[in-house]
Amino acid sequence: MTATKVPEQLAEVPVVVRTGADERRATIIGVILMVLAAIVLGVFAFGVPSDATSTFNLSLPGDVIQDVSVSFNSRVFSGVSAVVIFALGLERLRRRNLRWTNPALGIGLLLFVLAFLAWASADSSFSMVGMLRSTVISSIVITLGALCGLTCERAGVINIGIEGQLLTSAFVAVILSSAFGTLAGVGGALIVGALLGALLAWLAIRFQVDQIIAGVVINILAVGLTSFLASRVLSQAQDLNAPKRVPGFRIPLLADIPVIGPMFFDHTFFVYITFLLVIGLHFALFRTRWGLRARSVGEHPKAADTLGIDVLKVRYRNVIMGGLIAGFGGAFLALAQISRFEENMTGGIGFIGLAAMIFGRWMPFGALAAGLVFGFSGALAQKVAILGTGIPSEFMLMLPYVATVIVVAGLVGTARPPAADGQPYVKQ
Amino acid sequence: MSETEVQKAEQPQPPERPSWFETATGVAESTGRALILPTLALITALILGAFIIALSDIDNLRRLGTEPGAALGGMLEEVLTAYRALFRGAVGSINAISETLFATTPLLLAGLGIALGFRAGLFNIGAQGQMLIGGIVATYVGIHLDAPGIIHIPLTLLAGLAGGFVWGGLAGLLKARTGAHEVITTIMGNFIALYLVQWLLTTPGLQEAGRNNPVSEPLAPTAHLPRLFGSEYRVTIGFLVAIVGVFLLHWLLFRSSVGFEFRAIGANPQAGSYAGMNVAILVTLAMAIAGGFAGVAGVNQVMGLAPFKASPALAASVGFDAITVALLGRSNPVGVLWAAILFGALTAGGRVMQGAAQIPLDLVVVLQALIVIFVAAPGMIRAIWRVKAAEEETPQLTTGWGS
Repeated sequence: MTATKVPEQLAEVPVVVRTGADERRATIIGVILMVLAAIVLGVFAFGVPSDATSTFNLSLPGDVIQDVSVSFNSRVFSGVSAVVIFALGLERLRRRNLRWTNPALGIGLLLFVLAFLAWASADSSFSMVGMLRSTVISSIVITLGALCGLTCERAGVINIGIEGQLLTSAFVAVILSSAFGTLAGVGGALIVGALLGALLAWLAIRFQVDQIIAGVVINILAVGLTSFLASRVLSQAQDLNAPKRVPGFRIPLLADIPVIGPMFFDHTFFVYITFLLVIGLHFALFRTRWGLRARSVGEHPKAADTLGIDVLKVRYRNVIMGGLIAGFGGAFLALAQISRFEENMTGGIGFIGLAAMIFGRWMPFGALAAGLVFGFSGALAQKVAILGTGIPSEFMLMLPYVATVIVVAGLVGTARPPAADGQPYVKQ
Repeated sequence: MSETEVQKAEQPQPPERPSWFETATGVAESTGRALILPTLALITALILGAFIIALSDIDNLRRLGTEPGAALGGMLEEVLTAYRALFRGAVGSINAISETLFATTPLLLAGLGIALGFRAGLFNIGAQGQMLIGGIVATYVGIHLDAPGIIHIPLTLLAGLAGGFVWGGLAGLLKARTGAHEVITTIMGNFIALYLVQWLLTTPGLQEAGRNNPVSEPLAPTAHLPRLFGSEYRVTIGFLVAIVGVFLLHWLLFRSSVGFEFRAIGANPQAGSYAGMNVAILVTLAMAIAGGFAGVAGVNQVMGLAPFKASPALAASVGFDAITVALLGRSNPVGVLWAAILFGALTAGGRVMQGAAQIPLDLVVVLQALIVIFVAAPGMIRAIWRVKAAEEETPQLTTGWGS
């Protein structure tokens, strides 16, 4: 749209202005919080008997420290939560301390979810740590997809093809792992991810095909090719669709810590590498010469070119690196999470990754946080289906997508993409 | 398209006064040169497809080491059998042509909507969701309305149009009011629509009695689309609806003032805004109309084929395939028609190929993707075939997420 553009030379100076938009946002979020408080009080607090007890289990069967759990009165907990959420909402409506709008929303939503779980598990126990653990597991592919996207977009190339990269590399990982072992599977997935990245870069840079079109076509190609080969080859050679599940590795001592141990330190190597990747990518983007160059190419390629940076080379490199990350994600999906190939097995997770990239504002730690939030809503959907609360699980499954629409609509503040995102660069 | 129009297009015209048809379609400019690129793209895709068939032929691959001659012959035989079946299934008989048009119908309708979006500078990836919402709204009308066919059919179609219109319009409204990029909102909208429809199909009033899975009651017989060439052939009057859509979109884009404004904001929103156009309303309207087209495509998938029930899979992958149709048709209503017929023919042929030669239908998806890659990157085709194909511009829509 015709948004007013800040003149280039002024853009450097951070101007703190109390804008009307921020005040309006505070009002909207204030109202939302009060509605949430009303639901918590009316449904979650008074929807259970006054003496109902909720129990959150904080240990898993195999843990060293057993039987850690928290029990509390469901109605009291929800009542207190409602009061706190209401107070947060009231504070927002006074339109002060505008920087605290998002944290207030975050705390409000957290209390809302806890009150919801207390209501859903009233008079029974609920494996909190089990859900948190599956949150971490399902966040990995989302986070990797988001990291792939931001590696490309920080250099100015939009990658809508994450879904296709994940799917194709998962396919290759399954076949190579079944035939030659895990290492070959992971290696093949990385190579295929990088190749698809190279194809995207080639179309976008060499032929200047619209980047979204290129990404969409890569997705269609990936679905078609993997489904074709799956029903023509894998159906005849079942032994190629039986990869060995990658064993987990408990990190000694750390894995024995209650709650945190099973959540973070009892997984396959994919999970640990993903966490290291988040830290490494953050460091690389903001503390190294590579990162500075990539970001400058994504923000202002002409200036970068003037300073002697090879814009196109940086873009090729970043998009191929993004492909490697997506390939790793595909390998995790195929070898650790699902352990076989099914047609269209990614089922839109690449797009959730894209959403997580935006939700996380093109930052690696943001991508991880968004991945965990989206992973949590997926885990919650499963739990809700099991608990039988009468809430259709479809609405839980919708959450990541609705959240993303809300984010891009600016309710949680405007997320600014790299300035030259999606624009081909032609050397003058 | 009538005879006279075709003749008109073929007659050499003085360049200063092209007829309405020529200005609209650009046919007069260089019919031959404009067709070189898509034709070569199709041929290249088919050649690559042949390699894909041959290289996934496990039995022959296994004996390649021991008896290479026979193995290579076997592979060639496999490719030829497949492509013969593809051709036969696409145009080999009246039934094949009926099947082609049957597959063309939803692709054409949804493709027209996406083409309209492209013209207005909007990348609508949400045809899939718009089809689902249109389909589900229409299903409700199709089940519960009690009226003779002459009223029931148009009303059910309109219900689908309305559903898609609202769902597409929402994405447009979000863009107009908040600047949320339509690529993101429509992708997310696809998933939201999918889960919404999945849930709606389990609610009473829609779900078929005695079912656990999300499938609707069958539509009332008065809401079934009549077949076009008699009961033996599956193509319905839905195809005629789609053809009407071609003329409608053509009129809208090139003959109406709002269409001019769509194209103006598509070319340059700032300029449109300075010229006094209400960009916000235009963006919303363009997305809404695009959604309306897709919505009708969705209804067609319920009203047009047995067992006349809605399911979450009613859109299959038409919403995405329609993107390739709009791209291949260069966002031109008549171009979209030809592109939809081509991809419809590939789909119909692909089904026969799957039955006769055991080549999975997914090969057609691969061919479509390859064709669009080659058309979007004409430099590749020029390099491969060493020809000077007409210089075509690929649409450059992406201006970053923020805009």
